[in-house]
Amino acid sequence: MFGLAKSRRLRGALAGTVGVGLVLGAAACSSSSDSSDDDTASAASIDCAPYKTFGDLKGKTVSVYTGIVTPEDKAYKDSYKPFEDCTGVTIKYEGDKSFETQILVRAKAGNPPDLAIVPQPGLLKQLVATGKAVAAPAEVSANVDKFWGADWKAYGTVDGKFYAAPSGASVKSLVWYSPSEFKDAGYTVPTTLDELKTLTDKMVADKKKPWCAGIASGEATGWPLTDWMEDFMLRLSGPETYDKWVNHEIPFNGPESTAALDAVGAYLKNPAYVNGGLGDVKSIATATFQEAGLPILEGTCSLHRQASFYAANFPKETKVAEDGDVFAFYLPGKDATSKPVLGGGEFNLAFADRPEVKAFQTYLSTDTWANIKAQASQGWISANKGLDTSKVSNPIDKLSADLLQNPSTTFRFDGSDQMPAAVGSNAIFKQMTNWITGQDTKTTVDNVEKAWPAK
Amino acid sequence: MTTALPSTEVLPAAVKDETTTSYAKRKLSSPWASLAALVIAILWTLPTFGLLVSSFRPERAIKTTGWWTFFSDPQVTLDNYKAVLDSEEGAGLGSFFINSIVISIPSVLIPLTLATIAAYAFAWIKFPGRNLLFLVIFALQIVPLQVTLIPLLTLYVDAGLANTFWTIWLSHSIFGLPLAIYLLHNFMREIPATLLEAARVDGAGHVAIFFRVLLPLLRPALAAFGIFQFLWVWNDLLVALTFAGGGDAVAPITVALANLSGTRGTAWHLLSAGAFVSIIVPVTIFLFLQRYFVRGLLAGSVKG
Repeated sequence: MFGLAKSRRLRGALAGTVGVGLVLGAAACSSSSDSSDDDTASAASIDCAPYKTFGDLKGKTVSVYTGIVTPEDKAYKDSYKPFEDCTGVTIKYEGDKSFETQILVRAKAGNPPDLAIVPQPGLLKQLVATGKAVAAPAEVSANVDKFWGADWKAYGTVDGKFYAAPSGASVKSLVWYSPSEFKDAGYTVPTTLDELKTLTDKMVADKKKPWCAGIASGEATGWPLTDWMEDFMLRLSGPETYDKWVNHEIPFNGPESTAALDAVGAYLKNPAYVNGGLGDVKSIATATFQEAGLPILEGTCSLHRQASFYAANFPKETKVAEDGDVFAFYLPGKDATSKPVLGGGEFNLAFADRPEVKAFQTYLSTDTWANIKAQASQGWISANKGLDTSKVSNPIDKLSADLLQNPSTTFRFDGSDQMPAAVGSNAIFKQMTNWITGQDTKTTVDNVEKAWPAK
Repeated sequence: MTTALPSTEVLPAAVKDETTTSYAKRKLSSPWASLAALVIAILWTLPTFGLLVSSFRPERAIKTTGWWTFFSDPQVTLDNYKAVLDSEEGAGLGSFFINSIVISIPSVLIPLTLATIAAYAFAWIKFPGRNLLFLVIFALQIVPLQVTLIPLLTLYVDAGLANTFWTIWLSHSIFGLPLAIYLLHNFMREIPATLLEAARVDGAGHVAIFFRVLLPLLRPALAAFGIFQFLWVWNDLLVALTFAGGGDAVAPITVALANLSGTRGTAWHLLSAGAFVSIIVPVTIFLFLQRYFVRGLLAGSVKG
């Protein structure tokens, strides 16, 4: 290959490539030196008193591996800054969209990060099963007892051993709507499931298609429907039955499942109710979940059930607030007194028990971190009871945080995230997609039940 | 990759007498054939061209309209490129670009060197079990590299190589070697034995024959495989994702591109600009070296 260097064209090519490389490299180098200047400047303004307990960790490094990438990663890195500046430790943040597969590969091969931010209890169990994860230190356990409910601690516990403290949380039991439309048409936010039905019928009487939904999401197509079903399972059969259902102590094709799915069908398979601004019932299968709620802005759809993180999908100039263009209300319980909330969240799982990793884990389980992180980010909350909701600026985050901290709330984690992968991220998605395109409820629940791995 | 195989069939046609070439020329340069070639060329280039246009359009325009509306409503901005290159506010593709170069060059040179030597041994040195060994190496191409990911990573971790460039260099070399040996072996076999015998009569040993007789003749083949391997390594995501466990320090540009669109895909408008930063190198290499690319695939031995 080197003999070819005589060629003028090759030399030109090399010059071009190398030139581009040098320019990019120079740009990379120059800007990185800038950023280090900024770090030192900001360090002076932080009060280091709360960080004294972590001791001096100068020269130590903790690596964090997560599926959270740009733009959400910036708030994470910023929230680590005070800890880094005060203890002298370096946090190496690695975001990777293929986290959920790669973390298993890395854990199995013995190359895990110090800390992983795991988004599903199911994956957490798989990671603990590799034998590489280490149990949470006593300080973290104490913090979780102090700041979270027992339900959250249970999600981070595998086989009776507590491994991972909760990090962020999201609320899924929300219905997006247009406050101005509600005001103009005289609609009120429903407080029971029956009122929701009445409201829907009222909208139909006003010649509207009230609901819009979309479940297309690449290989995970179908997941928004699992959330619908879980929400109704939680409401119609109660949290105890929900837990049994998730852990497969009652079959997936039992009467409870059928009732929940039929209740979803009463909304989503009703041609009079869907699919506002997008088409007929079948268009639910082809509309992407990202675009499914946008018709609310155009006035062609009134209600869209989706999690708090959906706020990011509205165009930047949209005002997401109680007096703005769109907002969300809590998907009501069966009656006004019960408040079941379906949600999701992340957990910090450690693979090393070096002192600096323990210290960092402890820091992440404090209310200090939850408050710093919530203020640094848009669309992020924690179920940490120490989170000061009055300081959460974003209205939708405030609504979610208030819901999570409300003492009458019964929180339940997304069920499909806890089921075995063969069901939770495969069979359910496929069967739900078939269901919305015409398959009947019985076949659907039977097929999911069949897919459950034998114990 | 299998396009390399027809070389033996093309060879006799190419060296036939003048009338065949002029016949072929007449046949191939018919206006219809030219038209077809032109249409195919345009169809194949159009998506890339659209990508290029998109990369210069403002975010809102990309997200709401197709790239062709650029011609009725030309809005040009460099914001996308700023966003992907800026290492503070944006994705900072620059340092990943350097990583990609650092990864690619050894990942091409290591298998190329080893494969040339191995191919020489298989082609011109007689030793017991040669055919069986060659068959085994040939068969290794069938093994999907996915099955090796976890065992290989375990070996690297045990050897203390994890989170360095070595894991990626070695992996690409391992995955590239079977095909490289097979390809180069076939090229070497096509060199007439008389040429080597003549060299041997003149007193040349294996080393002299290898460097002074074979290497100059193998140039097109080496160039072809070099380009193949380079493009493969540059565009590879799987190997890098699995083995570049060290974060930003060793990850190539493909890993950065995969993460560019954001956790929930909200920043997908940056992908066109990111893709163009990434394809500068392969496109330059391909444009300037395509002669060798084609020649390496088609040319026989002695023509060199």
